[in-house]
Amino acid sequence: MLNNNIIRQHQALADQGARVDHLMIAEMVAPGSRVLDVGCGDGDLLQLLAASKAVDGRGVELSREKVNACVARGLSVIQGNADVDLDDYPDQAFDYAILSLTIQATLRPKEVLQNLLRIGRRAIVSFPNFGHWKIRADLLFNGRMPMTKNLPEPWYSSPDSHLCTIRDFVELCDLLDAKVEEAVAFNTAGRRLPIKRSMRFNNLFGEKAVFKLRHRAATRDF
Amino acid sequence: MTADTSEEFKKAVVSPVDDGSGVVRASVDFPASEPLKLDSGSELGPFTIAYNTYGTLNAAKSNAILICHALTGDQHVANINPLTGKPGWWSHLVGPGKPIDTDRFFVICSNILGGCLGSTGPASINPATGKSFGLNFPVITIGDMVEAQSRLIDHLGIDQLFAVIGGSMGGMQVLEWAARYKDRVFAAVPIATAAWHSPQNIAFHEVGRQAVMADPEWKRGDYLDQGVVPRNGLAVARMAAHITYLSEDALHEKFGRNLQNRADRTFSFDADFQVESYLRHQGSTFVDRFDANSYLYITRAMDYFDLAAEHGDVLANAFRGTRTRFCVVSFTSDWLYPTRESREIVQALNAVAANVSFVEIESNAGHDAFLLDEPEFFATVRGFIESCATRRGLPLAPIADGDA
Repeated sequence: MLNNNIIRQHQALADQGARVDHLMIAEMVAPGSRVLDVGCGDGDLLQLLAASKAVDGRGVELSREKVNACVARGLSVIQGNADVDLDDYPDQAFDYAILSLTIQATLRPKEVLQNLLRIGRRAIVSFPNFGHWKIRADLLFNGRMPMTKNLPEPWYSSPDSHLCTIRDFVELCDLLDAKVEEAVAFNTAGRRLPIKRSMRFNNLFGEKAVFKLRHRAATRDF
Repeated sequence: MTADTSEEFKKAVVSPVDDGSGVVRASVDFPASEPLKLDSGSELGPFTIAYNTYGTLNAAKSNAILICHALTGDQHVANINPLTGKPGWWSHLVGPGKPIDTDRFFVICSNILGGCLGSTGPASINPATGKSFGLNFPVITIGDMVEAQSRLIDHLGIDQLFAVIGGSMGGMQVLEWAARYKDRVFAAVPIATAAWHSPQNIAFHEVGRQAVMADPEWKRGDYLDQGVVPRNGLAVARMAAHITYLSEDALHEKFGRNLQNRADRTFSFDADFQVESYLRHQGSTFVDRFDANSYLYITRAMDYFDLAAEHGDVLANAFRGTRTRFCVVSFTSDWLYPTRESREIVQALNAVAANVSFVEIESNAGHDAFLLDEPEFFATVRGFIESCATRRGLPLAPIADGDA
């Protein structure tokens, strides 16, 4: 019943233009939890999580204009930089630390993910998959840096300095001792592809991916 | 303040004015039997706190907002100032339908301890001598100001303030409130402020104090009883301070090198430049509304402010265990309380996983920006207050007459 409600709500939100990765993240988050959204942009995800899951949400955002817009719409957001300001947060201060379509734009993705796994009991990360067949084909046939809906800027002005594929990301998770609890990819139509079933398949057909992670050393559960 | 205008001054403090702001002006006397224990170790009592309120306290007493004023501010936050005849210093921000909406909230603003607009300060009569305190007034701190305010809030029967809001020295009081009375502050908005007074700021204050004390009319602080006022010294102090409230860009834009009502330089030390004339005007009008000794005491209280030092040199300790929702605001061109110092407050709050928002507002007005009509700043305050009110279960819109 509750699930049906949530699905209906999500459908309504998707119809209003909510991002599929946001809806996926909302599904992964337990109701009433404490959430930190790193790179929260206009606050759409925080708003979605507050509305659908009654979370106690906070955000960090680089752009001053976006921060001010977030606070004006009643969200708890600070102006800050994922590469620098995450060090201030204490261990396991949040139930979830979220990085949605932001990790590729950080200077030091490994350190940022490490911090995320430290600050949150769970980390949820979504990113554009550079292993998608269109991107591979673009590079193979055109010999040019690919530009897509998710990666709209040319290489010289793109903020996305650290792009990765789904397989690359899984490798980083292993390196950081992060257990992948859930992983989902989306194709270009926004349809869900369960990553665990076939990594190589999804690395080819997934346009975006959402991972729910937990540090193996994190003992506390909820 | 001149000696001969002090009677007029007292009248202005207590006489009611109906200016449409719905202000209620009051003061409360705390008896000698309940003295204020000061940070210096000494005690002050009896003492008086003068305050204004706007709007109506709800039955649950959950909609009170305390506004803390800055160094030279006063309790006339949203009504016509009876002394100057000008609109209240935050009348853009506070009032019916404004971001701090007096139709919904019960707004309290008190003249700080040590001030000169009705609360006990160095110009008040020392009951022990029957003369004004002058330098016999004890040195006070931001913490002492907050203690005095908390007595007022007790007096009003309010357990928890919905919000404490203030800029500059008012922001210091907000931080002190949040640190001392964690359960009494639901939301805190420290604006254009810092958790300590920087060496540069102490330096500017010292220049101001020396200007006052170098004036022969200061009479070692005894001027009121001798019927004089150190006008020149206080005016110079204000002029120097006023420069720190602006920014280089603002001075360029406002005055440039423009001459004041003259075609050419006069080859004299007259106020040839507009900027000189402006500062002289600021200095001379200030003297008419402010007590020189109050200026010494309040600047000293600011200099002594160091919230981290009060908590084992770790600022985060000041906020440990807090459930208050914070909204920290700074302005890009404020070099007196730069964004860097607001960020330190935010870092300390993050270190204890407090609920904090932080915005830096683009403005070239310098420190003074917090007193001006800055739409982005107002939108921030409105949004923050709105979301906190929802969390606190306060109604969104004012209840119209006849509504259940």
